[in-house]
This record gives sequence, structure tokens and C-alpha cells, in this order.
Amino acid sequence: MTMAEWALLVLLGALSLASALGLLLSRNAVYAALFLVLNFSVGAVIYLLFNAPFLAVTQVAVYAGAIMVLFVFVIMLLGAERLAPAENPPGLAYQRPLAIILAVALLAVAAWALLSGAQIEPSPSVAPRPDSSPQAMGMWLFGPYLLPLQVVALLLLAAMVGALVLSRKS
Amino acid sequence: MPALLEITLKSTALVFVLLTSFAYLSLVERKFIARLQARIGPNRAGPFGLLQPVADGLKLIFKESITPAQVDKPMYFLAPVLVVVPSLILFAVIPVGKGPLFQLASDLNVGALYVVAVMGIAVYGITLAGWSSNNKYAVLAGLRASAQVISYELGMGFAIVAVVLMASSLSLADIVAAQYPGEYGGILGWFIFRQPVAAAIFVVAAFAETMRAPFDLVEAEQELTAGFMTEYSGMKFALFFMGEYVKMIAVSALFTTFFLGGWSGPFVNELPALSVVYFTIKVVVCLLAFIWVRASLPRVRYDKLMGMGWKVLLPISIENVLATALLIALGVPGFK
Repeated sequence: MTMAEWALLVLLGALSLASALGLLLSRNAVYAALFLVLNFSVGAVIYLLFNAPFLAVTQVAVYAGAIMVLFVFVIMLLGAERLAPAENPPGLAYQRPLAIILAVALLAVAAWALLSGAQIEPSPSVAPRPDSSPQAMGMWLFGPYLLPLQVVALLLLAAMVGALVLSRKS
Repeated sequence: MPALLEITLKSTALVFVLLTSFAYLSLVERKFIARLQARIGPNRAGPFGLLQPVADGLKLIFKESITPAQVDKPMYFLAPVLVVVPSLILFAVIPVGKGPLFQLASDLNVGALYVVAVMGIAVYGITLAGWSSNNKYAVLAGLRASAQVISYELGMGFAIVAVVLMASSLSLADIVAAQYPGEYGGILGWFIFRQPVAAAIFVVAAFAETMRAPFDLVEAEQELTAGFMTEYSGMKFALFFMGEYVKMIAVSALFTTFFLGGWSGPFVNELPALSVVYFTIKVVVCLLAFIWVRASLPRVRYDKLMGMGWKVLLPISIENVLATALLIALGVPGFK
């Protein structure tokens, strides 16, 4: 990576973090949803930086373009954009300390990984392969990863049927 | 950085051309509809009314910029921008002529997918304009817009999949090349002849995606006053107008690229500049068809619109993809 790419990556990382914070902290559901869209878009640009245009465009098309449009649609339809002021719902009070402990644990693991000299450069197995074209992606998905793909498809189908059953009136 | 400079210059030129086309498309629409209705249309400003867009623009610039008290300000100002930008950036992957001079990123190996992605995010502008206006009509229009675009995006996506199968590439440059020079002889190589069903689905979905008549329920005057634009005035209103027209040009350019052979035509090898002329002519014909439909067809009822998207267009488009894949697998002539 060149200096300019590193600088861009740092900038994108900061933007990604900022949009994630915006998502968590905004008290308006529409703004929260749009911060998430921004977060997805920044993720797409990071994919582009790592030479994976197919992933980048799919990320925008699926998450930013389809799923989040539906989210915004439902928020608007229900008029549910104003969130109630934060308060612990009864019976869920134990969740806050638990969340703090888990977050600290996650951060500790991440910090340990970073400080213990684990490689910051992506390892060869994780690094994008030179051929990240849609054809190559297709060959992987329908070759070595055929079983996981089918499992995901089945899971999605089950979720879809479940949603249909839940939304039936009677 | 010469590459960066080249891209900047090309993009600037492209935006300039698009915005000028937008201005004159609005004049063409008014004059063409006037002729279809046995009227004359605007003809006072300059010869043949050619200065009318300038007059309209100046008028809108000097309008007082009103911000209603009840709006959600950041979104209210962001929404018009979100309407214009996706329409403009669609052109990044469309090859407007033969050779690298007339192409920006048309050899992107995921071009067709990029088109679907940008079309998908284009609805945010209208939805947010409706929501941030804090006005019942505007919110209803925003809801209609998102529901309509989500529904027709699928049909359009599958129509594009059929084209991609035919060209066996997601790059728009390759899709044009697959229709030209055409081993099946000139014009018959165009995908409108080899994929008529996909072309028809694309046209219907294009009307829904651009929210033009007969699918302009988002701005149905009788029900919603001016829909999502109700609370907008001056240049912010003009931006919505610009977004709609640039998107119309973009969709026409996409139809040309996917189904009408793109920039191809006789003698483009001898004189590459001709390819831009052919491309422009094809796009203009598509645009006139857009306007012609608006002048001829009444608005569709909303439930009929949604029903058609999900129960007619989507199944047909999926069956078309299946049939295309089957014919390609069997090696039927015309399907490679």
C-alpha cells in the first residue's frame, strides 16, 4: 500500500467509527438508520481500496440499497422515529453491566491481538486474491463454498417463511 | 497525476453536458407535449423559445429561499442533493462512445451491478424529502416512493441479469461489444431483438424508477398536492426537477446501452466520433418516447401499480432469466 492509500484507510476507518457512534447515539431512528447507511458505504469504499469492487458494489446494493431502504420505510410507516428517553426497562437491568463487561472483554482481546505483535499486514490467506472478479467469486461460491451457500440460502428461506407466518392476521 | 486530471476533466464535461441537457429536455418536453395536444408551447423567450430554460433558471435562482418552520433542517437540505447525485454518478459506467476518450469507467468489471446499486440508493432523496418536510402529504409521497422503487427494482434487476447472461459480462463496455459488430448482422445483434421480454420489463420498471407518468403516484396532484416537493421552493425545488430529468436521461442511456447496441452504428471504426452521435440519437429517441407516454397515458391506480410489480413483472422477469439461462446452456443459435 502506498502512503496515500494508508492515509485514506485511516480516514475511512475514522469515518466508519464516527458513523457507528452516530448510529448508537442519535435519538432519532431515521438519523440512526442513515448513519448505518453511511457506515455501510464507508465499508464499501474500504473494500474498493482492497481491490474488491464486486464486494463493494454488492454491499451498497444489498445493505444500503435494499435492506436500509426497507428499514427507513418501516420507521416512516410506523412514525417511530422519536425514541423514548433512555431508561432501563424493568427486568432487563442486568443487561447494562453485562454489556459493559463484554465490551471491555472484546476491546481487551483486540488490544492484545494488536500489541502482541500479531501481523498488521493482512496475512496471505486473508489478503484479497489478485483475481477478485465476479467470475472468480462465482467459481468460489459454487465450488468450494457450495455447502455454506446452500445452508445460508435455506436459512434465509426459513426466515422468509417465518416472517410470512408471523405477519398473518389470524 | 495525469489519470486524476483526465478523470476530473471528463467528469466536469459530463456534468456540464448533463445539466445543459436537463435544461433543454424540460423545454423539449413542454414543446413536444404541446404539439401532441395541438398547442404551440413556450415560444416567447428567444427564437423558438430557446431561452426559456435560462429564464426559468434565473427565476428560480432569484426566488426567496423559504424554509418552513416545521421541517427537520439537516435532512430537508440534504434531500435534494441525495436526489441529484445518484442520477449523475450513474453515468460513470455508461460508455457514451467508442474508445477510451468517451468512457469514464465503463470497463469496470461490476458495471451492471453498480447500476443496480446506485438505482437502489437513489430513493433515499425522495423518501427523506417527504419525511423531513413534516407534512402528511409529503410523508405519504415518501412512503409511496420507497415502496414503488423497492418493488420495481427487482424486475429491473432481473432484466439486467438476462442481459448480463447474454453478454457473459457485467461490464457495460462488454455488453455493448456483445451487441456489435454482431455476428447476427448489424441491428439484429441488439439485445432488444434477442431479449425482447427483458427489454419490455426494463422499460416498465424504468418508468416506475424515474417516477414518471403513468407511474408518477409520488406526485399525484389530486391526492397529494405536490407530494414530496410540497414544502420546497426556489433552487431546492429545481434540484428535484434536475434529479428527475437527469435520471430520465440516465435510464434512457442505460436502455440504449443494454438493448439498443449502445454507441454502435455504421462507420464507427473509421470515424469514432460518429459513435457519440449514434449514442445521442438513440438516447434522444428514448427520451421522446418517455415524453410521448406521459402525454398519452393516464396515471395508474396505486394498488394496481404495486400488484403489477410483484405479481406480474417479477415472475415474468425471473422466468425470462431461467429461459435465457436454459437457451444459453443448450447453445441455441442467437444465445451464445
